[in-house]
Amino acid sequence: MKITTEAGERHVLAVTVDNEAGILAKITGLFSARGYNIESLTVADISADHALSRITIVTSGPPAVIDQIIAQLDRLVPVHSVTDLADGGAHVEREIALVKVAGSGDKRIEALRMADVFRAKVVDTTLSSFIFEITGTSDKVDRFIALMRECGLVEVGRTGVVAIARGAEAV
Amino acid sequence: MTEMSGADMVVQALVDLGVDTVFGYPGGAVLPIYDALFKHPTIKHILVRHEQAATHAAEGYARSTGKPGVVLVTSGPGATNAVTGITDALLDSIPMVVLTGQVPTTLIGTDAFQECDTVGITRHCTKHNYLVMDPDRLGPILHEAFYIATHGRPGPVVIDIPKNVQVATGTYSIPNRIDHKSYRPQVDPDADAIAAAIAMIAAAERPIFYTGGGVINAGPDASAALRQLVALTGAPVTSTLMGLGAFPADDDKWLGMLGMHGTYEANMAMNRADLIIAVGARFDDRVTGRLDAFSPDSKKIHIDIDRSSINKIVPVDLAVVGDAGRALDALIAAWADKGYKARDLGEWWRRIDGWRATRCLDFPEKKEDGAEIMPQRAVKALFDATRGMDPIITTEVGQHQMWAAQHFHFDSPNRWLTSGGLGTMGYGFPAAVGAQIAHPDRLVICIAGEASLQMNIQEMGTVSQYRLPVKIFILNNQWMGMVRQWQELTYESRYSNSYSDSLPDFVKLADAYGWTGLRIDTLGDLADGIQTMLGTPGPVIVDCRVAQLANCFPMIPSGAAHTDMILQPNDIVGTMDDEAKALV
Repeated sequence: MKITTEAGERHVLAVTVDNEAGILAKITGLFSARGYNIESLTVADISADHALSRITIVTSGPPAVIDQIIAQLDRLVPVHSVTDLADGGAHVEREIALVKVAGSGDKRIEALRMADVFRAKVVDTTLSSFIFEITGTSDKVDRFIALMRECGLVEVGRTGVVAIARGAEAV
Repeated sequence: MTEMSGADMVVQALVDLGVDTVFGYPGGAVLPIYDALFKHPTIKHILVRHEQAATHAAEGYARSTGKPGVVLVTSGPGATNAVTGITDALLDSIPMVVLTGQVPTTLIGTDAFQECDTVGITRHCTKHNYLVMDPDRLGPILHEAFYIATHGRPGPVVIDIPKNVQVATGTYSIPNRIDHKSYRPQVDPDADAIAAAIAMIAAAERPIFYTGGGVINAGPDASAALRQLVALTGAPVTSTLMGLGAFPADDDKWLGMLGMHGTYEANMAMNRADLIIAVGARFDDRVTGRLDAFSPDSKKIHIDIDRSSINKIVPVDLAVVGDAGRALDALIAAWADKGYKARDLGEWWRRIDGWRATRCLDFPEKKEDGAEIMPQRAVKALFDATRGMDPIITTEVGQHQMWAAQHFHFDSPNRWLTSGGLGTMGYGFPAAVGAQIAHPDRLVICIAGEASLQMNIQEMGTVSQYRLPVKIFILNNQWMGMVRQWQELTYESRYSNSYSDSLPDFVKLADAYGWTGLRIDTLGDLADGIQTMLGTPGPVIVDCRVAQLANCFPMIPSGAAHTDMILQPNDIVGTMDDEAKALV
């Protein structure tokens, strides 16, 4: 007997929650307990009175599973709203990565040249290293990091995706 | 707004919320609350013998009254022992508030004596939980907790209270009105959905109502509305294990329970229906059988208060989110508004009567006085003997539970208390304690198996202490019968650890606790034995010896469709493949 899993599509969910202890554990626990995927998750306080946090979750699954994820999140007591950003039409996604590259000579010059092409900023430098800050879609960040592997990549930190719907309306 | 200690606030809040009974067990980290309880004689505290039993007793109290059950336990092992009952309440949507003591805030995270991460452990087996770090928050949190436990889909809420928060003084306040900032369950159904639903119901040629625990949770009025809607439409009704009692079993529209040990007619009607109206039921795997063969030709309407239950397992054609009672009322109103008349469902009923003719609940038995008692016969005899007494029946989990569901019949809600979702052996006896506390003058019977009963048998002491007239009726077949049944079906009768060895003498055990103990050995003694049990004041344990190797039929075997029921033992052929074995 083989255990099979169904292929799915990528969705970005924006979840507004009470900014209280344990809420992140509640949400990540829901994903692990029910076997849902988390590709990335970001969370930060977003309100003037520090009462609300916004969690951006990138997940994947068949449409029925995505519907379940939204319904399961929505019934948690501290959750105010759940929005599937793919559902509402166009949205903007961004991720920041800090990329440390070490080396000298041609590789160092090549790294700087490619950073320029990707509009990555140099935020720290020594005689033998750079730290680049790159902002963009996850795909763009992936491609930049892949190139840097050839140029002496030593360390990467990524924020995960934040996203917001286009237009004048709020979620 | 009054200044008082945290412990006094807890008790004051319970008084203000109308709590009359708390099931609990003291310990170091809840001593301040126990001391506050000592001074408040209006709240009755029931001292159990194990914290798990406190939670099941609270469930029994809640299920038989419709009010939330309240539990008070200490930190560490007190809280961890309560986890099974909390999870049981979550899966069966039972309103419950569990107060746990915690080590002082200054010691949290230091592996202090009797410390555990209660909110961490219970985060995923509660509807919601709280760790209270400030005594001023106790009033609002307790009131909010009761609101959350009882509104929307009911469930358990844990409030973890560090000992120094109980001792410290603060200001007790009551929120004017619970207007929760994020928890707003939809209770009123959408009018368009109701209009669409009633049109589908009116047009259906082969409709069936499939009802569940949500109808019971919606209160007795919802059960009354169900009866009314069924009478208007003339459609048949089946129910899940949790929904038994919402519709009277002596009504000719009643098909019996559906699912794995449901009736042939209920399962066949689900399979052949052209419209399923699911009300407060969640398409559990015990109900659906093999999913790709589940009711293939029907449209499905799903009425549920929990949106996440809709389309979770079976995709439906029409979702109605709301309270079952309000949705049923709205359907009845819409039926009248549109002037619908019941269709002639004569052809549908003729087919159903054909399935009924299999008499799937019949069982082979010998009739002479000295014969061994078939367990089904024992349940039927108990049912016959208690007609008109309006008993509350609880069960443990296993074969006896299914036999009780099949052969004990109910005509009202809140009389049938059983562990459906979690399937907790050890539920039934403490649940009977909770039901008896809530209804001191009613007949409360726990139909038990000899194996399940031993999981919380220590509660005999609780029953003695409070002089509760609980009756325990053991269908004693000296096996974990359902385990053995599956071993016969799936593992070529290799009986790995399913024999109930070294059983106590239940009659002597009764004597030891000051109960009355009876033993029934043969068919000829059955009726008299039951009468003796019913006529004996105080608690009685009946050790009813039943046919050891009887199995529970009909049965949809693991991984099979509704149409593939095993009706009798000799229908079993071959062994299961791995796909079927892997299903629970």
